[in-house]
Amino acid sequence: MPIDVLSAGLSTTVQDLGRPGYYHLGIPIGGAMDRYALRAANLLVGNPEDAACLEAVFLGPELAFSEDAVVAVTGAELPPKVDGETRETWTSFRIRAGQVLSFDYIRDGARSCIAVAGGIDTPPALGSRSTYAIGALGGFEGRAIQSGDRLPVGRADVSVAEGRTVSEKMRRNSGSPCELRVVTGLYWHRITEEAGGQFFEDTWKVASEADRMGYRFQGGRPLEFVDREPPFGAGSDPSNITDACYPYGSIQVPGGTEPIVLHRDAVSGGGYFMIGTVISADMDLIGQLQPHTDTRFLQVDMETALAARQERASMLDAIRQRLS
Amino acid sequence: MSSRYSFGGDEHVFVEVSEEMSLEAFFKALSMTNAVRDAEISGVTEICPANASFQIKFDPDVIRPDDLLTELRRLEDIADRAEATLDTRIVEIPVYYRDPWTHETLMRFRERHQDPESTDIEFAARINGYSSVDDFIAAHSGAPWFVSMVGFVSGLPFLYQMVDRARQIQVPKYLRPRTDTPRLTVGYGGCFSCIYSVRGAGGYQMFGITPMPIYDPDQETSYLREFMVFFRPGDIVKWRQIDRDEYDGCTADVQAGRYTPRIRDVVFSLEDFNRDIDGTNARLEETLYAD
Repeated sequence: MPIDVLSAGLSTTVQDLGRPGYYHLGIPIGGAMDRYALRAANLLVGNPEDAACLEAVFLGPELAFSEDAVVAVTGAELPPKVDGETRETWTSFRIRAGQVLSFDYIRDGARSCIAVAGGIDTPPALGSRSTYAIGALGGFEGRAIQSGDRLPVGRADVSVAEGRTVSEKMRRNSGSPCELRVVTGLYWHRITEEAGGQFFEDTWKVASEADRMGYRFQGGRPLEFVDREPPFGAGSDPSNITDACYPYGSIQVPGGTEPIVLHRDAVSGGGYFMIGTVISADMDLIGQLQPHTDTRFLQVDMETALAARQERASMLDAIRQRLS
Repeated sequence: MSSRYSFGGDEHVFVEVSEEMSLEAFFKALSMTNAVRDAEISGVTEICPANASFQIKFDPDVIRPDDLLTELRRLEDIADRAEATLDTRIVEIPVYYRDPWTHETLMRFRERHQDPESTDIEFAARINGYSSVDDFIAAHSGAPWFVSMVGFVSGLPFLYQMVDRARQIQVPKYLRPRTDTPRLTVGYGGCFSCIYSVRGAGGYQMFGITPMPIYDPDQETSYLREFMVFFRPGDIVKWRQIDRDEYDGCTADVQAGRYTPRIRDVVFSLEDFNRDIDGTNARLEETLYAD
């Protein structure tokens, strides 16, 4: 049962939970920026949680269905419409053969996850259907979808009821200012104590360069470095290091001016120092930030990071219990 | 050499073997990552060696971060006592230096360069004290190189030359990164050479281009059918200068599916190397071209 792409939206890609295991070769995990939204969308339409969905950014696609389908849209508040009639987000709904799924303008967040019962069935690459566009790998021909594409859909195992929903308290909103919790470390010692304090005091804004590779932030004060003799191989700038691996969520600050948080399609390494890492529980939130969103970084310790991770896992368990 | 351990959030351990680049640091990082792989620690999901450091990604629901640290420190003790030898391979990579495609690209981005009046390779030759670009190319394609890290983007190798520090080539990166770099550009930044596996942004100086693809997600290239990424950390590379005719010939061979990279298995001993650098390199080259 293929889906015909009438218009593609801004950048709509096939994503699942990603391809771990190849980061040491520069191939990032990829997958949905908001993994909770992807899991929820799949649960709503009766898919395995890791089935491939479409991830739309800011602007939804227009999709023509040639057979009946059950669909759910989660993540950003990007209201779906069936033949022009609005449907709820975070709620499964039916589309009849011949109907068109389109979207209203975005109200909140940045990325929507569009799940179809049966899952998007493009051929997996290295164990995943996620699109890694830089490496022309996975997804639909290794790229964002375009009008004229026909997306294959897997056979749905179960006929799922429409109207299944994830209650509002089980959704997560980025809030304003958005707070991102950070465990400091890595090359934190490269900046002065004062600069470290300042980083957490300042309110930053999401810059326009914000994509699947990473989110850049602006508006805070520049960070002052501790003096040093550049180590051999690092380069002369105080923000340079001997090229090393970058953790997902790590915060590099080239030249000490604009922090960049690496996300699912991260470059796996490079020569810029990092001051810490956004905790795993807050990575999904970043994928929902629009440009200019006020953002504060909050210093936390490992125990807090692990507790937050548990809290996220319990939320997921709760919707699993309700929906499976 | 005692390593510095730091957590990258709740899912990564970052281990800096040394702040500065050296073959010793690279070797220790590589042998530690091999030890971690062999130890099959449950909860470890990614093991990424880098130039003078490495990174482990783990699932904290399976292994407590502190328990993983303890285990890594134990493996460091073992790695410190291990003999620094490596079963690896040496690969010849043909390079067309001063090619028209990287030249066209570097001319488009002159205003982002330290020395807009020179080409990248002229600039690199001059600041490294070579009297001509030919001499510089002779040095770059002379002694072999270690693939000290694979990453940044899909399958891109960082390479570190197997010479003493006095003979290391060093160049700064572009003042501002380019938005374009031809696929298979042979680049240079800091003390590292690289091959751009895909077209895209980049900040390394551009010296030439290789006709030999090193990443193929479609796995159609004859020698990339088994796996789409060519390089592994620990590979040894010998550049060989080629001209336009040979470049075109190699490109045609690649397209026709009959290009076979010259690859030989070798055993590398860091101790032997440190005792006699030029002799070790000469023997590596002999093995590469023995038949």
